[in-house]
Amino acid sequence: MPEITIREALKTALNEAMENDEKVFIMGEDIGEYGGAYAVTDGFLKKFGSQRIKDTPISEQAFVGAGIGAAAGGLRPVIELMSISFSLVAFDQIVNMAGNLRYMSGGQISVPMVIRAPTGAGVQLAATHSQSFETWLAEVPGIKVVCPSNSYDALGLMRSAIKDNNPVIFAEPALLYGSKSNVPDEYFEVTLGEANVSHKGEDITIVSYGYGSKVLTDSVNKLNEIGISPELIDLRSLNPIDYEKIILSIQKTNRLVLVDTARKTGGIMSEISANINEKAGEWLDGPIVRVGSKDVPWPYNKTLEQEVLTDSDNILDSIKENYGI
Amino acid sequence: MTSKEKIVKNKSLQTNGSGKIAKKSNFSSSNLSSLKKNEHLNLFRKMYLIRQFENACGQNYANGNIRGFLHLYSGQEATGVGAISSLKDSDYIVTHYRDHGHALARGLDVNRSMAELFGKKTGLSKGKGGSMHLFDASKKFMGGHAIVGGQLPLAAGLALSQQYENKNAITTCFFGDGSTNQGIYHETLNLASVWNLPILFFLENNKYGMGSSIERVRAGGLDFFPAMDTYEIPSMEVDGMDVIAVKEATKIAREKIIQNKKPFFIESKTFRFVGHSYADGQKYRHQDEVKQWEQKDPILVYPKKLIDMKISTNDEINKIKIEIDEIISDAVRFANESEEPNLDEIYDDILAE
Ligand SMILES: Cc1ncc(C[n+]2csc(CCOP(=O)(O)OP(=O)(O)O)c2C)c(N)n1
Ligand SMILES: [Mg+2]
Repeated sequence: MPEITIREALKTALNEAMENDEKVFIMGEDIGEYGGAYAVTDGFLKKFGSQRIKDTPISEQAFVGAGIGAAAGGLRPVIELMSISFSLVAFDQIVNMAGNLRYMSGGQISVPMVIRAPTGAGVQLAATHSQSFETWLAEVPGIKVVCPSNSYDALGLMRSAIKDNNPVIFAEPALLYGSKSNVPDEYFEVTLGEANVSHKGEDITIVSYGYGSKVLTDSVNKLNEIGISPELIDLRSLNPIDYEKIILSIQKTNRLVLVDTARKTGGIMSEISANINEKAGEWLDGPIVRVGSKDVPWPYNKTLEQEVLTDSDNILDSIKENYGI
Repeated sequence: MTSKEKIVKNKSLQTNGSGKIAKKSNFSSSNLSSLKKNEHLNLFRKMYLIRQFENACGQNYANGNIRGFLHLYSGQEATGVGAISSLKDSDYIVTHYRDHGHALARGLDVNRSMAELFGKKTGLSKGKGGSMHLFDASKKFMGGHAIVGGQLPLAAGLALSQQYENKNAITTCFFGDGSTNQGIYHETLNLASVWNLPILFFLENNKYGMGSSIERVRAGGLDFFPAMDTYEIPSMEVDGMDVIAVKEATKIAREKIIQNKKPFFIESKTFRFVGHSYADGQKYRHQDEVKQWEQKDPILVYPKKLIDMKISTNDEINKIKIEIDEIISDAVRFANESEEPNLDEIYDDILAE
């Protein structure tokens, strides 16, 4: 079992898809000559040529829209946005076009396309470059949204995403590109829409995804020290959401904590909280607790940014406060 | 000297396609001999079909069978029919929300088009799209798009798929003058040009975007095609009320796109005789202007020419009209009698398998 970074995992999945399927091509700003803002496609231009590794003008609306058109025309584009914050510029194309095309054509057209985008705060890029709009996009019925927290999921999810016949938003935690973990040698995929119980426990179910899941892993020891055995669920997919796994877990623990490194208000955890309350509220022995980043624009200053960003102490404090531990 | 005059004067329609070309098209229906009688009658048939379809839509909007927004194509028939008659079955077509004309010109089923407007299960999109979102992928008719300008990159992407797979085909994208003020318009022109996409940008300049005349909302004058120099896209202006002129211009444009492997831009000067949508009092324009354009009504002018030039006869034209009127009343009956969609269809067609 080799240990590889998330960057390497993504690279492996993209390289495989490019080798196996002529219809797969990659486009985005500076993904070719430059090698990609986060170097995920470094070396691809040389290997696959400019027909399949397409550097685009800085025109998010046009190249996201063109990706949708290419997919509607039978290709399987993988599009890179330099930041998920820039998805705002292309939001109409993603939501109105990619998300609605199949429905408003009565099922005649499908859009097999992946949009990759670095997401999240923590690297001092300040207000315009640190947001987590995968949570907004997860509201759209016609698109799937996934986000890995480790190399295994990055590889397995990307393999599935490229094969999927729908638009898939693939959010990549910017802080985790260099983060290493084990990946088996044998081929595997991770099914879109399946959460992962990443740590078994008895007392509290804690749900997160992406960089949040990394923070959770760091808090396991701290929780153990105060006598709490947490069960951790890594969502991996924000649309659809694997409610079954969450409910199965709270039937055992009877407590639910939802952790997000995106801003707390209006995020995906608000939605999960409301849904669990409706679907399985009777299993809970206490309030559903949400922990999220502070509701402010992301500051540049390192100390300020760290203060805003959800960390393991925030999780610990919230648990102690809400459950009176 | 306006920029248009400059360009028309300085540049002739080049055949090598390198660099910029922009020329006023000089095809017109005085040049009727290029087509067979049969082809002429088919052009008239299509235009009349559209006009009568739109009239029926108007009536059925008034009596409540059609709801939502309804944008009629009446007046612009020569543009849609002329252009689409020069495209091949292998070409993609993408258009805006004023899409009934393009759909019928492409040969989409009249019954299923009307049923879609009635919101019925038998509609092209099973009643989920409505007037502004007509689709028939089997005819490479890829919508019907209601975000102004939003369809432009979709068309570029379809053209990209044709280029990628070395298809001997093009994508034609129709859009209105209003969409030229969207950023996405400029983005897509630039992208298509730098990537040499096989796309025909087809501007239907009917002088108004809803109530906004281009004089009020556009810098750069009343002509759009001269600006194509900036994008290095060859362009052409055509009289959009003249079906033969539009047909010829589109034929040339298509040949150039295939030959030179570059996009092309046609600006068709046309006019809608009716309001922007059904609920439009047209306070923003003078009825004299409408009357003036009605002089060019292709439904009247074209058959008259065919008769004057002894290509056809009054009887033949009338016979076509009767045929079409029948087709339209059948379509309305079909739509009326069709079933409503089942409630559980709400959840269908969101995601592909
Ligand atoms: C992004 C967006 N803004 C506004 C509208 C509302 N709207 C619908 S059609 C239209 C006018 C468009 O005019 P034009 O492109 O010239 O087409 P025409 O109606 O003349 O065929 C407007 C403002 C819209 N549908 N989408
Ligand atoms: Mg207009």
